[in-house]
Amino acid sequence: MLQYTDVHAHYGAIHALRGVTLDVQEGEIVTLIGANGAGKSTLMNTLFGKPRASAGSISFLGQDISRHHTHDIARSGLALVPEGRHIFARMSVLENLQMGSIFSDPAHFDADLQRIYGMFPILQQRLEQRAGTLSGGEQQMLAIGRALMSRPKVLLLDEPSLGLAPLYIKQVFNIIRELNERDGMTIMLVEQNAHHALRIAHRGYVLQHGEIVLSGTGKELLASPEVRAAYLESSAHA
Amino acid sequence: MTTFQARTHTVTLTERLKDATNVALIAILLGIPMIGLHTVDAGGKLMVATRWPWLLAFVATMFFGRLALQFAIDQFKLKRLTRQRTRTLEVATPRPWLKWLGYGLLGFSLVLPIAFSDNRYVVDTATTVLIYVMLGWGLNVVVGLAGLLDLGYVAFYAVGAYSYALLSTQFGWNFWETLPVAGALAALFGILLGWPTLRLRGDYLAIVTLGFGEIIRVILINWTEFSGGPNGIGSIERPSFFGLPFKPDSDDGATFASFFGLEYASEHRVIFLYYLILVLALLTNLFIARLRKLPVGLAWEAVREDEVACKALGMNVTNVKLSAFAIGAMLGGFAGVFFAARQGFISPESFVFSESATILAIVVLGGMGSQFGVVIAASLLVILPELGRDFSEYRMLLFGAAMILIMVWKPGGLISRREPSKVLAGVEK
Repeated sequence: MLQYTDVHAHYGAIHALRGVTLDVQEGEIVTLIGANGAGKSTLMNTLFGKPRASAGSISFLGQDISRHHTHDIARSGLALVPEGRHIFARMSVLENLQMGSIFSDPAHFDADLQRIYGMFPILQQRLEQRAGTLSGGEQQMLAIGRALMSRPKVLLLDEPSLGLAPLYIKQVFNIIRELNERDGMTIMLVEQNAHHALRIAHRGYVLQHGEIVLSGTGKELLASPEVRAAYLESSAHA
Repeated sequence: MTTFQARTHTVTLTERLKDATNVALIAILLGIPMIGLHTVDAGGKLMVATRWPWLLAFVATMFFGRLALQFAIDQFKLKRLTRQRTRTLEVATPRPWLKWLGYGLLGFSLVLPIAFSDNRYVVDTATTVLIYVMLGWGLNVVVGLAGLLDLGYVAFYAVGAYSYALLSTQFGWNFWETLPVAGALAALFGILLGWPTLRLRGDYLAIVTLGFGEIIRVILINWTEFSGGPNGIGSIERPSFFGLPFKPDSDDGATFASFFGLEYASEHRVIFLYYLILVLALLTNLFIARLRKLPVGLAWEAVREDEVACKALGMNVTNVKLSAFAIGAMLGGFAGVFFAARQGFISPESFVFSESATILAIVVLGGMGSQFGVVIAASLLVILPELGRDFSEYRMLLFGAAMILIMVWKPGGLISRREPSKVLAGVEK
């Protein structure tokens, strides 16, 4: 469904991605783990052309999108939940959700809203509250809900557990799994929290210095000694 | 936890005294040359004399004044803290009283010229208020909704005014013919300004827009063949009442007075102009209220809140910003056309930076994004200096003090809570 082929990306002189090849199949949860600065977020952002891939191609549904406009890519069925949530703080929860559906058929709006309520009952209770007054976990749910309002074919989550309390982290991962199992949503998940991410992922990739150094099913990676040594043993205490 | 700390943390007496001593020291430093020393005329010579008692009094005032001020501020903060704690979660529900107040004001503005038909000054001032309301609403789109700090808004006002002045004096266009053209021209200038500044935000955008405003003014001053330079453009045709001019009776055609069988009075035009700007302002308000409910209005606010999220949601941030610039500029252009039509004479003098600053002050004081706040702030900013005329040279001082007080009392502007654009019916709270 989504295919990166030998993708390179630069920030000025910094070579952030060095020939990444990966794919996401329909109905999968694919996770991307790696340390800070490994290029995880860059990998996700190049999908939207920020920064553009300097070499290689990114294709979505069989079409090369690496030269498309950012807004066209986002409208083509890829919904990104950006790192750090980026909700519209001074707008109401409802308006935030409305922004998510800004390019979809208004006829779906009510049904989609009901679906979001079902998934995140807390959002329904807070509907008219200013989004900035929600707690961090609620904001993350709002960000996910907002992305889902656009009826994406692939949901991309950039560090959804960042800065959340353990209870919320668990809840967020449960929601991601549920989305995939119940609705068949294809999900690409970038995470530092390797343990949680690999547990719910069908497949995973490990990124290091802009290169994929390891890949396999979630279970394989969880069991792999390299992954354990680099990402799990230390994070287990965190 | 944090609230507990905030409650128990009180400033100790020593801290207070230290703070006041610091202030007193600064007072001494400043006070020695400014108060402690002065010059006296001693037989044709200037002598430096001292007045230490004055200095002492000054320093003492500063010291005790600071203590009292600190105490007052602490009390104020404590009060606010307790109030915040008791306040329930902020829910953005619409406030019905605001709506009724709005209707009340609308009714008042409708009957105002009738109630004050013998007082030209009041109607004139009200017309000025309405011009600023309209400008405020226009700038509110750019600054309040889209969050793009524009310090050169007066440029669009000038574009509108000069469009009408030139089209009417050179080509004999009338008010209504010019209005859409001038609006379109101003919108074009808005895009012209918006295009190169798309990637700028905050301070940097403010500097460029400030420059843009000045460029337009300097061009108007220097391009004499085009704009009449500093002399401006005079004898601009006044708007007529559906073709009936406001003139004393004469042989060439019907006038407003003769058509309605009235005695000619110069007030007719004043009142007509008032209603004209009232209608324009109301249309502007409806237009913006409508836009706010449409995706484009929501998109403006979303861009103000978070550009990254907007891009992630597939919004074309470029177009969103340009549309805000264009529509804001267009409304400024309309106000400019009216201004030229009302004055009958325009010159670059009317489009200086302080105008931009006043309009921005209206938006900020009113509460960014609030339509109603703009009305109150525009009324204040126009009427306060008028009221202050009796205080002659102290008038700007009073004006400044009033502005500071508003910002202290309501840091987010007079109406800082934004009304949600969409409310679902039957939502359980």
